[in-house]
Amino acid sequence: MRPGRWWLWLLLVGTLLGLTMGPAIPAGAQDKPRYGGELVYVVPSEPPSYDAHAEETFGVIHPIAPHYNLLLRVDPFDKTGTKPVGDLAESWTISKDGLVYTFKLRRGVKFHDGSEMTSKDVKASYDKIIFPPPGVKSLRKESYRSVEVVEAADPYTVRFRLKYPEASLLLNLSSPWNWIYKADILAKDIHWYETHVMGTGPFTFVEHVKGSHWVGKKNPNYWDKGKPYLDGYRAMFMSSSAAQVAAIRGERAHIQFRGFSPPERDQLVSALGNKITVQESPWDCLNFVSMHHEKKPFDDKRVRRALSLALDRYEASQKLSKITIVKDVGGIQVPGTPFATPPAELEKLAGYGRDINANRAEAKRLLREAGVPDGFSFTFKNRGIPHPYEPIGIWLVDQWRQIGLNVKIETIEASAYHPMLKRGDFDVAMDFQCGFIVEPDLDLVRFVSTSDANYGKHKDKVIDELYQKQARATDPEDRKKYIRQLEKRLLDEEAHVIYTLQWHRIIPHSSKVHGWTITPSHYLNNMLDTVWLSE
Amino acid sequence: MWKYLLKRFLLMFPTLIGVAVVTFLLIRVIPGDVVELRLSGDRGAASQAAIDAERARFGLDQPIWKQFVTWMSGVARLDFGTSMWTGSPIWDEIKLRFALSLQVAVMATLVAVLLAVPLGLLAALRQDSWVDYAVRVFSIAGLACPSFWLGILMILGFLVIFKWLPPMVYTPFWVNPWQNLQQLIWPALAVGYRYSAVATRMTRSAMLEVLREDYVRTARAKGLMQRLILIRHALKNAMLPVLTVIALEFAFLIGGLVVTEQVFNLNGIGLLFVQAVAHRDYTLIQALVMLVAGIFIFVNFAMDVMYAWLDPRIRYR
Repeated sequence: MRPGRWWLWLLLVGTLLGLTMGPAIPAGAQDKPRYGGELVYVVPSEPPSYDAHAEETFGVIHPIAPHYNLLLRVDPFDKTGTKPVGDLAESWTISKDGLVYTFKLRRGVKFHDGSEMTSKDVKASYDKIIFPPPGVKSLRKESYRSVEVVEAADPYTVRFRLKYPEASLLLNLSSPWNWIYKADILAKDIHWYETHVMGTGPFTFVEHVKGSHWVGKKNPNYWDKGKPYLDGYRAMFMSSSAAQVAAIRGERAHIQFRGFSPPERDQLVSALGNKITVQESPWDCLNFVSMHHEKKPFDDKRVRRALSLALDRYEASQKLSKITIVKDVGGIQVPGTPFATPPAELEKLAGYGRDINANRAEAKRLLREAGVPDGFSFTFKNRGIPHPYEPIGIWLVDQWRQIGLNVKIETIEASAYHPMLKRGDFDVAMDFQCGFIVEPDLDLVRFVSTSDANYGKHKDKVIDELYQKQARATDPEDRKKYIRQLEKRLLDEEAHVIYTLQWHRIIPHSSKVHGWTITPSHYLNNMLDTVWLSE
Repeated sequence: MWKYLLKRFLLMFPTLIGVAVVTFLLIRVIPGDVVELRLSGDRGAASQAAIDAERARFGLDQPIWKQFVTWMSGVARLDFGTSMWTGSPIWDEIKLRFALSLQVAVMATLVAVLLAVPLGLLAALRQDSWVDYAVRVFSIAGLACPSFWLGILMILGFLVIFKWLPPMVYTPFWVNPWQNLQQLIWPALAVGYRYSAVATRMTRSAMLEVLREDYVRTARAKGLMQRLILIRHALKNAMLPVLTVIALEFAFLIGGLVVTEQVFNLNGIGLLFVQAVAHRDYTLIQALVMLVAGIFIFVNFAMDVMYAWLDPRIRYR
């Protein structure tokens, strides 16, 4: 090293250290974050309990996530919502055989009661999630079937030993539901977190007034120095979408993190002009059609393919996206995410071709060949939810009528819908899924023959094998290949289900809100540590 | 008199038991249950094993009669159990919402009474004059406008004209009266106007009837002052049907303002009711029905007492 250049090296090393050991997530935004202020947002649902390990609604995540940290999290600035980054884990290594994941934890992380967070807490939390004792509800333990044991190797090292390699593990460990709880509390009362809050997150708990609001204030001892930027936040529970829009329009709230419909967006933009900023993204939620494989004529794949071929998805994308929360034509992965099928390739699948007249001619031919008479009648059961179920239901029936089918819609009250699907009390019905991370393992497991959510009751060994293969493929290209095969089998060759349009997430928010990036999941990016207000 | 009151009081209990039985059975007839709803969530998938375990935790795997006996023994001790949706004690779920709904009901009743009695009286005294027509138009308009629609107009008016919106979070009156009134005066006016329309028309027609009675003519013939005739002889007797309407409307307001509560984002009993039914939260629905039924029954009892006070023929019967 030449004399006089030592400071350059120091700067370089310092920068590298800063990048690897500094704040987990950079401020990220284009402008310099401003400190202070209270973020007020609307939550259209309310937490049933406070324990995310045992709950399934965003009503838990939106108000309570800012009190907790995860082992890993999804990068809050990644618009695809598929990139894991460290949260409490500072770094990690994966063994060559893919069976051991070792995480180094951050030091000096404190719970809100002042005690230090160590590997013991991470192990206890994951033991509760993956190996819950009898009487303890853990809704996502099936996602960790590959995990044999979680070990606290030393106070700052956690090790996950797997029975077999699993491609989705890192993203599964970034699940927004996997809050890290304090081991001592869990040891005393494993149900404590159902009714109490105590984490390591950027905000501490102030109050929850049932049916009204939830309040958090800045954690002054937060481990990620300089964050959070906000002094606090207030989540207001509002079930009526008209009241939600009024709250944003009347500037009583800055944002609602789930999503608004296109007419609501337009209303806010026209009323507030440049005071409102709109972020949009494909949404990891989707309505698809399930056909009962044990009922005639839906046991015949020619009939199922015909139903898919009848749909003009591209025209629907233009028309329906003006009135409800759907937009993109997609396959079994959210468009724009790493494993999504490119549009040109997607067009090769039955019902995805651009020539709708040719598709419908083929559909009519298939129906004739299957012995389905012109004017054949069946009932399509739809869920009684305005958006997007009702517009999609009407569109489907219209499309099927154009190939000579006579379809009647029966709308079932929302609360009675899943029991109806479970009983198999339908010929053709609207089905639904919504993911918390775009990850093939999570999105596709319901199509495995033995899944409880396989309401159409198809039995398909090829799908089951392809699912296993993609889940265990450690090379992304191999995984992509299996996913494509599975997609072709599911939507085209066997047409077990019919995908409609991808949901479209629209977040119009106050232009004062910065540091928040939309992702395809309304479960992600709710920790609020990067969010700041410009006024 | 005491025999009359005791009889009315004792009749409350079989009515409540009847309500309990009907509610308990009816909500179990509706398809879907709280466990499936909670576990299916947004992803729409839950394993049968998880559903069975959760049903057992709530005691929903027990025979219906056993569930009923368990619940009724709790009710007898005023213990309504915990919400199946949130796990919180039922009273914790209800108390804040009840306070809000009660305040809106009281304020709306005040608005209604302050409008209805003078207007009804005036319309009856000036029958078929322009005053009567104006009052009738005002009250028919009130009957024709649903209170939630009026509420939506108010909200839009505030937003578009004044760029202002009432506070969206409930503050109890004793914590901050000004903020509390800023939020609740608007729903009270919207609901109170419709409520006053019913009461105004009832006051007018009852007064017209009473003013034609022989005893009023006799009082006039005796040379009594008009004010005394109106207040002591006519209004007191005309109040019987008006009080019935006011009391029943008041009881209805406690749990019946579902849409108005949504419009003003009020955290009230009506909205809780709808959410409880949507979630199939059996324990909460049962408690809310019992609460609202209890209020109706109590208000009816109070009316019976009032009747006896207003009309001596009843208490001496």
